[in-house]
Amino acid sequence: MSASSGTPRDFNDLVSRPSPWLSGDGPHAGMVLSTRIRLARNLSGVPFTHRARDEQLQGVVASIASAARESHAFERSLLLHMGDMSGLERQVLVERHLVSHELGDGTRPRGIVIAEDERVSAMINEEDHLRLQVMAPGLQPAEAWAAADAADDELGRALEYAYSEEIGYLTSCPTNAGTGLRASVLIHLPALVLFKDIHQVLKSVTQVGLNVRGLYGEHSDVMGNLFQVSNQTTLGVSERDSIESLETVTRRVIDMEDKARERMIRDARVQLEDKVWRGFGQLRYCRSISSREVIELCSVVRMGVALGFPGLCPLHVLNELLILTQPAHLQRLFGSEMTPAERNVYRARLVRERLEVAEREAGGAA
Amino acid sequence: MLCQICGKSAASVHFTEIHDNKMSEIHVCERCAEEKGLHTPTSKHKFDIADLLAGMVDSMTSTEEERVGSVQCSTCGLLYSQFRETGRVGCADCYHAFRFQLRPLLRRIHGSVECKAKIPPRAGGDESHARQIQRLHDELQRLVEHEEFERAAAIRDEIRRLQAEPPTPAERP
Repeated sequence: MSASSGTPRDFNDLVSRPSPWLSGDGPHAGMVLSTRIRLARNLSGVPFTHRARDEQLQGVVASIASAARESHAFERSLLLHMGDMSGLERQVLVERHLVSHELGDGTRPRGIVIAEDERVSAMINEEDHLRLQVMAPGLQPAEAWAAADAADDELGRALEYAYSEEIGYLTSCPTNAGTGLRASVLIHLPALVLFKDIHQVLKSVTQVGLNVRGLYGEHSDVMGNLFQVSNQTTLGVSERDSIESLETVTRRVIDMEDKARERMIRDARVQLEDKVWRGFGQLRYCRSISSREVIELCSVVRMGVALGFPGLCPLHVLNELLILTQPAHLQRLFGSEMTPAERNVYRARLVRERLEVAEREAGGAA
Repeated sequence: MLCQICGKSAASVHFTEIHDNKMSEIHVCERCAEEKGLHTPTSKHKFDIADLLAGMVDSMTSTEEERVGSVQCSTCGLLYSQFRETGRVGCADCYHAFRFQLRPLLRRIHGSVECKAKIPPRAGGDESHARQIQRLHDELQRLVEHEEFERAAAIRDEIRRLQAEPPTPAERP
């Protein structure tokens, strides 16, 4: 794995830069933060992770890491062993959406291979031996699938996957058996939430076989108007069917949110502008702020940015704030164990400073 | 052949179901057939095996559950009852060992049990270099028709990358 400017050298190098999939560009980036593809695979002849012995899992790590090293998809990549990392470091990877909570517990031989730019990664010995992930900014299910498909083909030439002609890819949980594919988009729907149309929309999304959940908070208490829409079934459908259905349905939801936003602008422009700018002001000048407030205020400002209100910060800054203001990132950045009250103070400082930098950059560019 | 419900006695009652031109079979012992009301030669009922088994799994009493639970994967040793507790099977062979229990479950989860997944390279599904490029060309065409030029450009770059890359040794003449 040769080093280049885009290749993370180690953990510290990796987390010192924002995840490229937070770049705020890509199709429909004003509404769709990111697209993610995940493929679940297991190695033939080895018990699934929760039934395997540690030495078998070490073998799985070695096999997958070796297959990745030989592939184009992971040509410039970084292999991290969970056991070598501190709890805080593992939590940082969880907050960056690279590692699941299960992989992040660090007690068994587990790891992750992260390709250049964090676009493609492979969790090793999560619920399944291999969880191949592709992240892309905006709405790009077909492109992300093409990348995942290609990486999967490369790894599948080196590794013997657990597969049956009758079912497909055999996974630890039968809910993933078949294609092993979970394709999802992270979408921001503030206007539909405001007009209380969201439940109807979510219901119709569920009726066509997709799954939807709030990104933060419980079902009845969605924070930040962020929703994750994903395919639900992995049997009886091809990968391409799942991808197309996710894209079609997401486009329909985008249209509905667009219409709701137009209505909002038409009927209550002044109130909307007031809300957006007050939100921005709070973020820009706060001295103590909770995680929940950051999520909610970023939602309001994000809508203003997407509607083209001039003078706010770029989308990628809002995306980054969602990650950087989480506990492990804060603790790593400011370097000490913190009480929740102290965390709020440091969080406020980080938000102010990040927005100030964005202002300077915008001023420099102008 | 052992009974697919209790997994202990020899199966002597056989049912065949044809649904959507696909045939599925169930083989059970006399006792289980009687207990489940299957052993009625005069019965003219249409048996949907999947529903039948799903119903059985749901309506098990503890003793019956113990019996079905004692179905074990000979490869990893997982008992079906353990799967029911955790929701996770132990190895690839569990799908075969528990196939009669899992099939209705998979149908309930996914609404289908038909495999439409891509075939892995080692099972003969390796997409040839040429086919991969052809597939991307098709995708490119579709995007251009939809006037999605930015995405089309990304696919075009992917095609160029593949064309610059030599085919794998197996594909060379």
